Amino acid sequence: MALTRGFRGRGRDSRDPRLPPGQYDIGAEWPVLSAEPTPRLDPAGWSLSVEGLVDRPITLSWDQLRGLPPSAYNGDIHCVTTWSRLGVSFAGVSVDTVLDLAGVRPEATHVLAGSRTGYSANLPLADMRDGRSWLAWEADGAPLSAEHGGPVRLVVPHLYFWKSVKWVTWLRLLDHDEPGFWERIGYHDRGDPWREQRYQGD
Amino acid sequence: MASQHRLAWRVATLKDARPETATARTLVLDVPGWPGHLAGQHVVVRAGAEDGYTAQRSYSLASAPGGEQVELTVQRLAGGEVSPYLAGVMEAGDQVEVRGPIGGWFTWPPPGSPSSGGSLAPVQLIAGGSGIVPLMSIIRAVQGAVPVRLLYSARTPADVIYSGELARRSRHPSLTVTYLFTRAAREPGAAPRGRIDAAAVDAVTWRPEARPAIYVCGPSGFVEAASLLLVAAGHAPATVRTERFGPTG
Repeated sequence: MALTRGFRGRGRDSRDPRLPPGQYDIGAEWPVLSAEPTPRLDPAGWSLSVEGLVDRPITLSWDQLRGLPPSAYNGDIHCVTTWSRLGVSFAGVSVDTVLDLAGVRPEATHVLAGSRTGYSANLPLADMRDGRSWLAWEADGAPLSAEHGGPVRLVVPHLYFWKSVKWVTWLRLLDHDEPGFWERIGYHDRGDPWREQRYQGD
Repeated sequence: MASQHRLAWRVATLKDARPETATARTLVLDVPGWPGHLAGQHVVVRAGAEDGYTAQRSYSLASAPGGEQVELTVQRLAGGEVSPYLAGVMEAGDQVEVRGPIGGWFTWPPPGSPSSGGSLAPVQLIAGGSGIVPLMSIIRAVQGAVPVRLLYSARTPADVIYSGELARRSRHPSLTVTYLFTRAAREPGAAPRGRIDAAAVDAVTWRPEARPAIYVCGPSGFVEAASLLLVAAGHAPATVRTERFGPTG
């Protein structure tokens, strides 16, 4: 690639191996990035529906979701805009638990997750399964703020964080891939930070 | 719309640099093969050191669409890794790589609009600090085709980027600029201090009935406050496009 005269960059020895290529450690900051104004959703009115290729389409209320066996994630998150936060925690319930309640049909291969705000993101079903994703209402020990997707957001930390739909209210199981909000305008259908799958065609 | 081609890295050579404020300057880059862009989009800039180390950051395009030359306006952030280089060290002839254009939501014309200027909505721009950069590309692209109102919040008059160009363009009735300064101004008789609030929104922004295309850009806290005020004033959330600058360096 083109050499940039006079550019030094930060110390290499200290590069954390937890950082995927092209990412940097943003430290304690947690930037808010969204395409639209933050919606104010009252937990009492919030619900999550699981629909599409499932045996039992279900709708869970806030209380019902919080009554399920708890699960937490402690690890790193990576934003496609190149910042990463290392050592964050989210608490909620494993998406596996919710999917099993609905009973995913064998022909389902992909998921489209979305919010009442109109935001959505698509990903392979396999990337949500087996302990790889959560529905979270707590971040770093405190209730998830509206800016960061509260009352409940999806957390899929091994993919770029735009897949972790804020204010999530529906999960739709599909037998084909269907692009969500950012994917329709050029972002990657899967979004693996370790393969730098930022944009379509990467 | 979504391209099936991998977004290529292209070599960008600095042709010229123009100071904008004490800490920001505009870079004029030659990018052979530049595919064109829409106002409001951004690029990723990648800088490479001698040992092969690279760092990349996103920057909004400041220029209107047209040609193979693009402009970026970079604010030097204390402790930043890339911005001090771009805003201070880079000289004419130096090279980086750019990838883009990126962004299909925060663009003007808004996605789905017919391309003829006559049927486009008036535009409301709200800028906090360096959030003015993508909004300037919109002003430059609109070129008076529709009425534009800009509400620009900056710390002091000395922090206003593009002040001369905004003064010149706002002599034409199709652009109205209102400044809000959040710290004391030095000059007597200057614009009053203020943070964005309901009174400012009520006084100088398009009403919902005008059905404006709205673009808000700046630090996250500013964008949060401004977009809440717009929604409270009656604008449909889907008409308020936001772009938040995180603390990248």
